[in-house]
Amino acid sequence: MTRIDAKFAALKEQNKKGFVAYIMGGDPDYDKSLAVMKALPAAGVDVIELGVPFTDPMADGPTIQLAGQRALAGGMTLEKTLQMARDFRKDDATTPIVLMGYYNPIYNRGVDKFLDDAVEAGIDGLIIVDLPPEEDEELCIPAQAKGINFIRLATPTTDDKRLPKVLQNTSGFVYYVSITGITGAAEANAATVAPEVARIKSQTDLPIIVGFGVKSPETAKSIAGIADGTVVGSAIVNQIAEGKSVEDIAAFVKSLADGAHAA
Amino acid sequence: MNDLFNSFMTGPDEKGRFGQFGGRFVSETLMPLILELEAQYERAKTDPEFWAEMDYLWKHYVGRPSPLYFAERLTEELGGAKVYFKRDELNHTGAHKINNVLGQIILARRMGKTRIIAETGAGQHGVATATVCAKFGLKCVVYMGAHDVERQKPNVFRMRLLGADVIPVTSGRGTLKDAMNDALRDWVTNVNETFYCIGTVAGPHPYPAMVRDFQSIIGKETREQIMEAEGRLPDTLVAAIGGGSNAMGLFYPFLDDASVNIIGVEAGGKGVDEKMEHCASLTGGRPGVLHGNRTYLLQDEDGQILEGHSISAGLDYPGIGPEHSWLHETGRAKYVSITDKEALGAFELSCRTEGIIPALEPCHALAHVAKIAPTLPKDHLLVMNMCGRGDKDIFTVARHLGVNIAGSEGRDLG
Repeated sequence: MTRIDAKFAALKEQNKKGFVAYIMGGDPDYDKSLAVMKALPAAGVDVIELGVPFTDPMADGPTIQLAGQRALAGGMTLEKTLQMARDFRKDDATTPIVLMGYYNPIYNRGVDKFLDDAVEAGIDGLIIVDLPPEEDEELCIPAQAKGINFIRLATPTTDDKRLPKVLQNTSGFVYYVSITGITGAAEANAATVAPEVARIKSQTDLPIIVGFGVKSPETAKSIAGIADGTVVGSAIVNQIAEGKSVEDIAAFVKSLADGAHAA
Repeated sequence: MNDLFNSFMTGPDEKGRFGQFGGRFVSETLMPLILELEAQYERAKTDPEFWAEMDYLWKHYVGRPSPLYFAERLTEELGGAKVYFKRDELNHTGAHKINNVLGQIILARRMGKTRIIAETGAGQHGVATATVCAKFGLKCVVYMGAHDVERQKPNVFRMRLLGADVIPVTSGRGTLKDAMNDALRDWVTNVNETFYCIGTVAGPHPYPAMVRDFQSIIGKETREQIMEAEGRLPDTLVAAIGGGSNAMGLFYPFLDDASVNIIGVEAGGKGVDEKMEHCASLTGGRPGVLHGNRTYLLQDEDGQILEGHSISAGLDYPGIGPEHSWLHETGRAKYVSITDKEALGAFELSCRTEGIIPALEPCHALAHVAKIAPTLPKDHLLVMNMCGRGDKDIFTVARHLGVNIAGSEGRDLG
């Protein structure tokens, strides 16, 4: 059982929805990014998604693209992102950390070496955008063998015929992408997402977390209400881009978390 | 080499791999779309009606077959191998790009798609796509790096004349790879009505194979034409490589002919060294994953993608088609690089000896021909793909020659 499994089991017991927050590792620099990360659990974040910067984030909108560019300009690397997780773990042994990014930096490091380092750094799960089930042998299966969850995205284009293939090697939770599009795009709509979540629920016991287009406490509440939880990324990253203090960012995150937890 | 077990022509496998290269490294949103595309392409590929439409338009709209031309004065000057040009620069729109665009857009029409998106570097693929979209009355959106929009103004103007919406890409560093990223972002957003027309033998499966198949008309014609002219196969094939579609098109029908030497020429920019001011993915890069496929890439120690440099905007891409990576690793094809300076020399050579103003892309191939032809015997048959004409590049060349042909504001015309 990973920290992710434990967290969702606990939430279920409390009959509470989950709140997942995304930040880009090293945005705008290592120290501030680590300070924000450390403030997330107290702000009500159940699972942290830690972005690994990549020069070519083809599924991301401008907000996350720019965050990645800021991080890279500040010298951020995959190695330093793992170091952020290690530094975070010094004070927090329970909050799950999911690394989110693209395959090339991992492939470049070497899958086996990366997985050993990730386990040692206290990483619990991976969301690798450009590894669909068709490429499971690359990273998904080796990761699960080492006890790291491989969290898959399901999308509006994932039809019933394809869904079993997407769910087959997924663990931890299922990340349902509320819209066809990139991160930080149109506002998610609970009414259109609800039947999709139900469709996935009918084929898996894993928690379903909905993301993309969740920007406000109200949307966090409405979206979490029809799923097992919700993810906010771009709206938080925007606060970092605006140069807000760690306290202000934490207060904003708390408002989102409260929204999700009120569902 | 022709037996089934040793053929170089059976790839890719069912996972879209050429050896370890290729594959389908895309987000889940796009995965059902590329599976659908693959199914539709497989159907079209064996449908005589599809090819009848292609053949008709290749002949009457594009102007195929393109000639195989004996470059006599060039041959004399180089004093060695007998050099032929495959004249794909004579195609409608002035490059090989339209061979592929026609195929993809006929396929898009069969699939009921009404909106075509494309990425472009030099603008040749964008112009070809805008052209065929105009011909069929389809909406066309072209993503082009902001930097390329500046240095390829004539092609931007052409695309707009043809009714395309040209979107300057400022994300990332505003180059061809960023244009491809933005095209993918568009596709992931507009999944129902949109067809992504990729301009080279890269991207997720089935694109590398599909684009190769459409471009293979180049090699098929070459084979027939050289048999007619010389009664035998060529000894050496040479083509320039950015993503590698014109090269793949020329090479593919000859892969199982062991006697044919195959040479791909990458853009060496300012020189293939640690400064990385080049686009030579095979000679100066290493395997990685980008834009849906595993292939050789220019990247740093952390796996971040580097910007290439080339005088030719059409070769300015940090990757290369996966089939080339495989041909490189198996040794079936050889890959070399040519610098900006050498390419400019070849530009002048072609103008002076043959009266052909070449695009800067095939100038790289020609520069390599000029290097090797003198060392080869006179009965050595060498075919080079003249894949584009140079009208679009005269401003760049003039600048490098220190000649001012710019407009009143001291900028490029158009």
